Amino acid sequence: MPGPAVVAQTSEPWIRWNWVSSHTDVVFHALRDHVELTLIAVGIGMLISVPLALLARRWRWFEAPVLSVTGILYTIPSIALLALLVPWTGLTRTTAEIALVSYTLLILIRNIVAGLAGVPADVREAAEGMGYTPTRQFARVELPLALPVIIAGIRIAVVTTIGLVTVTAVIGQGGLGQLILDGLIRDFRTEVVVGSVLCVALAVVADLALVGVQRVAMPWARRRSAP
Amino acid sequence: MGPKAQRTVKFLGDVLAWFATGSHWQGTNGIPHRVFEHLVMSGAAVGAALLVAMPPSLYLGHLRRFGSIAINFTNAGRAIPSFAVLVLAAQIFGIGAEPAFIALFVLAIPPLVTNSYVGMADVDPEIRDSAKGMGMTGWQSLWHVELPVALPVVLAGVRTAAVQVVATATLAALVAWGGLGRYIIDGLAQRDFVQVFAGAFLVAVLSVLTELVLALLQRFTVSAGLTHRHRGKNEPFVGAATAVVEPT
Repeated sequence: MPGPAVVAQTSEPWIRWNWVSSHTDVVFHALRDHVELTLIAVGIGMLISVPLALLARRWRWFEAPVLSVTGILYTIPSIALLALLVPWTGLTRTTAEIALVSYTLLILIRNIVAGLAGVPADVREAAEGMGYTPTRQFARVELPLALPVIIAGIRIAVVTTIGLVTVTAVIGQGGLGQLILDGLIRDFRTEVVVGSVLCVALAVVADLALVGVQRVAMPWARRRSAP
Repeated sequence: MGPKAQRTVKFLGDVLAWFATGSHWQGTNGIPHRVFEHLVMSGAAVGAALLVAMPPSLYLGHLRRFGSIAINFTNAGRAIPSFAVLVLAAQIFGIGAEPAFIALFVLAIPPLVTNSYVGMADVDPEIRDSAKGMGMTGWQSLWHVELPVALPVVLAGVRTAAVQVVATATLAALVAWGGLGRYIIDGLAQRDFVQVFAGAFLVAVLSVLTELVLALLQRFTVSAGLTHRHRGKNEPFVGAATAVVEPT
């Protein structure tokens, strides 16, 4: 196993603060790209997942095929999926987004379905007995009760997408991944460290922000259960 | 047929021709050698992680100590991109096989720790009590009672780790190591999209096969008495309780 001798070979420091201060625009641009790629992926992921999950709730036979197709997509490594798409959509943001969206689907659909399925039957019956129409029952009773599991799914989708965005650097996208890749190619550690640290920080901040959203969206759950 | 469809057909024809080319099946850049490299590296990383992470996690799960650390391991692991781990390993250990091994080893640990711990800690207290009541020592209870009961969850962690490692080993081509990722990374560099596509196809097949083989292994090694409460595939991703498979 290579010991400190290998480390000593290079005198390049882990971070050069003067590079950071003279490249704030580059770093900021990468960060903004990263956030955009993530938001678009999870946003489109939700737009696709919500109807599919609702259909899977309505027709139970639909659940198995939806989960197996999204499950297979989920197993394919991101770099392979990106590479499979390149011949059709090129080295573009579209390619990156198709791959990123496809990884959010399983997480989101599974959690929406599980959240709705977890609503106790007697609660549904009580709502029915109180004369709720199916639509109102869904919006006022089932959805609020399913919300913790759905938001848990969104949190996991956001955090995993933030990590996956870095891989799209290999097709020239990638936000902070671009910094990491560039640092690798040029053997410039500062870029690798800045890209990696910001990426982890972004994931943590996004996760905490979603916990905040959950607390605001579900004031009734604040006292009973911490997420 | 429109020009776009024609181009697609021609492209897929080129991919087939790539696979049919004899030289792509020979030598160090041949498919068999790349698959072999990929599997040996993944196996070594997962094997090393099993040896290092599994015994202490199982034991702590048995004692039910330090649970929050074991569980938060996976959550923290999810926030750290494997791509960053790989590149940082390359910065520390130079390029080649070492950083690839170290990065894959590190990535395999969180799901193993979390699932081994949770599997053991979640064993029904009544079962543990009956083991004690029968006069079993702690070790006997761990080995003959708790571990078999925890096995489905423990093996799910192994599967998560293995699938993740096989997928991430593809990225290791970026740090000048071999494996199937070579075709993708080299192809992208040379704008040879036929090679890229062929490599991606091989990686996708290998990942799905790994998942299937380990799922079968899980099915056959778990005691028949437990299979009715086998962890369902359709559980929500609640994150904390056990490791969820991450896309890579």
